[in-house]
Amino acid sequence: MLGDGGRLARETAETVARRSYGKLVAFLAARIRDVAGAEDALSDAFAAALDDWPLNGIPTRPEAWLLTVARRKMLDGVRRRRTAEDAQSHLRLMNELADTHEVPVPDERLGLMFACAHPSIDPAIRAPLILQTILGFDAAAIASAFLVAPATMSQRLVRAKTKIKEAGIPFHLPDADELAGRLDAVLGAIYATFSEGWADPEGTETRRRNMAEDGIWLGQLVASLMPKEPEALGLLALMLHAEARRGARRDAFGEYVPLAEQDPLSWNAELIEAAETLLFQAGAMGKIGRYQLEAAVQSAHVARGQTGRTDWAAIERLYGALEAITGSPVVAINRAIAIAEVDGAAEGLAVLDALSEDKRLADYQPYWAARAGLLARAGSRDEAAQAYDRAIGLEADPAVRRFLQKRQNSLARDAGEGLSITQPAASRTTPSAG
Amino acid sequence: MKYMLLIYSNEAQWPAMTPEQQKQGLAAYTAFTEALNAAGVRVASDRLRPTTTATSVRIVNGETKVLDGPYAESKEQLGGFYMIDVPDLDTALSWAARCPGASYGTMEVRPIWEMY
Repeated sequence: MLGDGGRLARETAETVARRSYGKLVAFLAARIRDVAGAEDALSDAFAAALDDWPLNGIPTRPEAWLLTVARRKMLDGVRRRRTAEDAQSHLRLMNELADTHEVPVPDERLGLMFACAHPSIDPAIRAPLILQTILGFDAAAIASAFLVAPATMSQRLVRAKTKIKEAGIPFHLPDADELAGRLDAVLGAIYATFSEGWADPEGTETRRRNMAEDGIWLGQLVASLMPKEPEALGLLALMLHAEARRGARRDAFGEYVPLAEQDPLSWNAELIEAAETLLFQAGAMGKIGRYQLEAAVQSAHVARGQTGRTDWAAIERLYGALEAITGSPVVAINRAIAIAEVDGAAEGLAVLDALSEDKRLADYQPYWAARAGLLARAGSRDEAAQAYDRAIGLEADPAVRRFLQKRQNSLARDAGEGLSITQPAASRTTPSAG
Repeated sequence: MKYMLLIYSNEAQWPAMTPEQQKQGLAAYTAFTEALNAAGVRVASDRLRPTTTATSVRIVNGETKVLDGPYAESKEQLGGFYMIDVPDLDTALSWAARCPGASYGTMEVRPIWEMY
């Protein structure tokens, strides 16, 4: 048909979509407080561009062109819906849509993120919602990453967007007294995005690997928009540290390598340096938080690259502080492992014993793996073998399963072998980096 | 936007309070109402008599059924409401948190679906 013109139009539209999708959605959605309406209008505008640009040429400012068309579509929508709306709010919307001619488009993505991670939105849908609105993921892609049926995911996303609109959730940064709690939800959603991607150690699932990159991208966005928030910097540092060791989790044969046995030379020095710089900046602001502490744990592990030994006493103190903030049993497990390194296996086991009442841990692999490792080290071979059985039965990753089986088999040969530090994956529900 | 702040609490608490405590409780509500008035956001508000005074009505097969008691038996009952007009949900939530009901019961915040 139109040959080169059509292809060029499509390429330009795709470039603009990649670069500006979230910005355009955020700008439009904030005007009408309607995410779904903004997405629909923008998708209509992209369709119109593919019709118009091959004929009339690509506009000098494609973003502005798309925005104008999308705005017109939204006005049509508002007019159609007007029957059910009070005339005054209708007029206000019309004014807000018509009055704004900002070029370049102001960046309101942070406001959109705060709306998506609002406390009145189901916590489980916050990260998917951010992925869709800021990065333009379709429901099917998000569903496969979060292990949910596409129809279910799509339904939940629609429900959340309807709530944003009908409940009047605002698209702005919360007031100072609310900011800390709400920022936590935004950071939590970003970390969940990253963790979904990082949890695929083989890197074979492109879609999930991209999610780790997207998580970092969102983290960079928030850190650049809120450079005075130490936890925003802390989260980015944490993600960069984890990313730096992405490849080191597998050896050349695809076998699992626990953190303690990784060769520091296999870590990405550039990412580590970026993470350390961020953590230093965050620390200088004098307001500690969970992401900074988790990043500091990473930093302490990575220091082995320079010093040749791991400072377990420092790690134990960091996990202690983290436990005081989060009260998380996952953190307590990690602290137990550190205590075992400092004071011996018996002391570590005592901490794990204190957690045994917690029902959530009954099917939590890292608890059983830690227990098995410490029991083996304390010489309780039979109990260790049983704990390994539980851990192996709970593990979904075949490489980690093989690793645990190897450890279990070595019990019979050598009861005094050193403790294996399992590396807990940054998990969706209980993120704790290894 | 208009929001309804619905006050749910265990209505057995009120009669169990001393007259002094009841007086204090009412004063807290008066102060909250005054604050809403001063901010110019209160549309309407009132208190409901306990569910022992409730009567339910339903038409089944063309026949009007009148029943003693509330719609649903539950641990916490609807005891009162405020209707406010504020810019967004966050503002509505911050008013709901200031309502005395939030400290002894639960405030349900619902946007008004405007029909008229």
